[in-house]
Amino acid sequence: MAENNNSLIKRILTYVLLIALALVILAPFFIGIWTSFLPTMDIAKGDLFSTNLSFDNYVAAFTKTPILRYLANSFVISTLTMVAQLLFCSMSAYAFVFLKFKGRNFLFGLFLVTMMLPFEAQIIPNFQTVKFLGMLDNYSVLIVPFLTSAFGTFMLRQSFKQTPAELKEASDIEGLNHFQFYWNVVLPYNKISMITLGAYSFLGAWNQYLWPMLTTFSNNSRVIQNGLRQLQSEETFNDWGMIQASAAIIVIPTIIVLFIGQHYFKSGLNEGAVK
Amino acid sequence: MLKSPTTDQTISKKQTVSKSKSTFKLNANDKYFSLLFLGPSLFILGLFVFYPMIKTFYISMFLTNTLGKTSVFAGFSNYAKLLQSPDFLNSLVVTLAYVVGVTFFTLAISLLLANLASKKLPGISIFRTLYSVTMGVSVSVAAIFWLFIFNPSTGFFAIIANALKMTPINWLTDPKNAMWAVIITTVWMNLGFTFLILLGAIESVPQTLYEAASVEGASPRFQFFKITLPMISPTLFFVSTITIIGAFKSFGLIDLITKGGPTNATNMLVYRIYKDAFYSGNYAQASTEAIILTVIIAAFTLLQFKFLEKKVNY
Repeated sequence: MAENNNSLIKRILTYVLLIALALVILAPFFIGIWTSFLPTMDIAKGDLFSTNLSFDNYVAAFTKTPILRYLANSFVISTLTMVAQLLFCSMSAYAFVFLKFKGRNFLFGLFLVTMMLPFEAQIIPNFQTVKFLGMLDNYSVLIVPFLTSAFGTFMLRQSFKQTPAELKEASDIEGLNHFQFYWNVVLPYNKISMITLGAYSFLGAWNQYLWPMLTTFSNNSRVIQNGLRQLQSEETFNDWGMIQASAAIIVIPTIIVLFIGQHYFKSGLNEGAVK
Repeated sequence: MLKSPTTDQTISKKQTVSKSKSTFKLNANDKYFSLLFLGPSLFILGLFVFYPMIKTFYISMFLTNTLGKTSVFAGFSNYAKLLQSPDFLNSLVVTLAYVVGVTFFTLAISLLLANLASKKLPGISIFRTLYSVTMGVSVSVAAIFWLFIFNPSTGFFAIIANALKMTPINWLTDPKNAMWAVIITTVWMNLGFTFLILLGAIESVPQTLYEAASVEGASPRFQFFKITLPMISPTLFFVSTITIIGAFKSFGLIDLITKGGPTNATNMLVYRIYKDAFYSGNYAQASTEAIILTVIIAAFTLLQFKFLEKKVNY
């Protein structure tokens, strides 16, 4: 009996702890989303328990600011970056696993070295390069430098290496050329790793901050991360309600996607981590 | 885009032509195929990674004018100058403090969350989802949420302090507190990802180990420290290096929350590089700082590779 009681209390305490931690983690969301429904006047007065709830801030964010344009820019740039990385990383990974050529190990070593070099340390010459190429303030400046990634190549190489040798032998016997083997066998077989890399590269592009800040200056090419900063500095502290609404507009879709894809994402992440 | 694995069968129906000829073709053409498959990646990496890295190192060996043109060869004197500059040393110290703070709290809290969420209780999957939620938050959104919370007059913390008749803390104007503000925001952003990775690791610890320990009468605390921690230590090491590298490269949150201030209290390496190059036009100094950053990141990445080598055996 006593033992039963004990484990029941333990159980309740665990739930209390679980709920308390969830509340702390979610608090910034709750506060942000709650204030996004309040008039800025009330927020400025510190009246957070105001009952004047409305969608006015959302209407203002959509109609008075270029937030939709920023979102569209980010979406197009992230999608194109993702597609390009999936293609070029898988191609180079294929070369490292299935092709025999001189200097293969040396080149792979170069790719590994690339992973150790932070992009943040290369911004000065890169800025000069894109300026020279006339790419400033244009979608291309946010896509071209990220068409491929050493990390993506490395990750896919690890995965491609596990493609069963029998598949390769069978394909050789069938007389498949490298294009056919790559496209019809290797890519479908490594679907999970491809999707993991896709999610990773999309998020990576979506979260870029420093590079777009340096290279884009107009609303035509400004991405959402810098767009929010722009709104925030233009409206400095006088329209908190609308700023919170803008933040909510960005974060809510991602969270929904995350909720739906959580199970999937987790297995993908762990695969990436272990590999 | 991706075809189903059944294509194998359709292929075998189509392909019955002379096998020997095509296998021969396959090997002879490897050289051209490799050029085709590797070419695009090599070109991009060459132009946007290797060239700028070499160029940055080159510039760091010279004195430059405000247009970024190199003038006088300076050898390693830029490095010597930097390492004696109190301003730069302050940046290094501040960066280190930030990295240590972020890494410690990210790992400690994620570990607590992952350990709790690994318990087999009804409804636990809800908590797993909730704990991973900050993964969907980007820098600008995190900065806005927390800037509001830290705001000295209308912020959430200020309102609570006022309600409790306490003086609100100057989160962003006091140098020490500003550092905490940036650390708190970064840790919050990191939690989702780190939690998920650690949860995966804890879940893959064989249950039999815990069962055996329970039979022996080992306490949950003992089990955590003597079974869970050692078993997940490779993953722990992996996420540590990722967190450390990420913290060293931090820029967005600094720019959005403190702009390196107050009085350089959060003027970290990357922010400094950006300011020196694009505000002051001191390209030589910025490049020198960039090379120092590269050395630090490269060292930690090497450590991570060591882990990967050990972990992966084919």
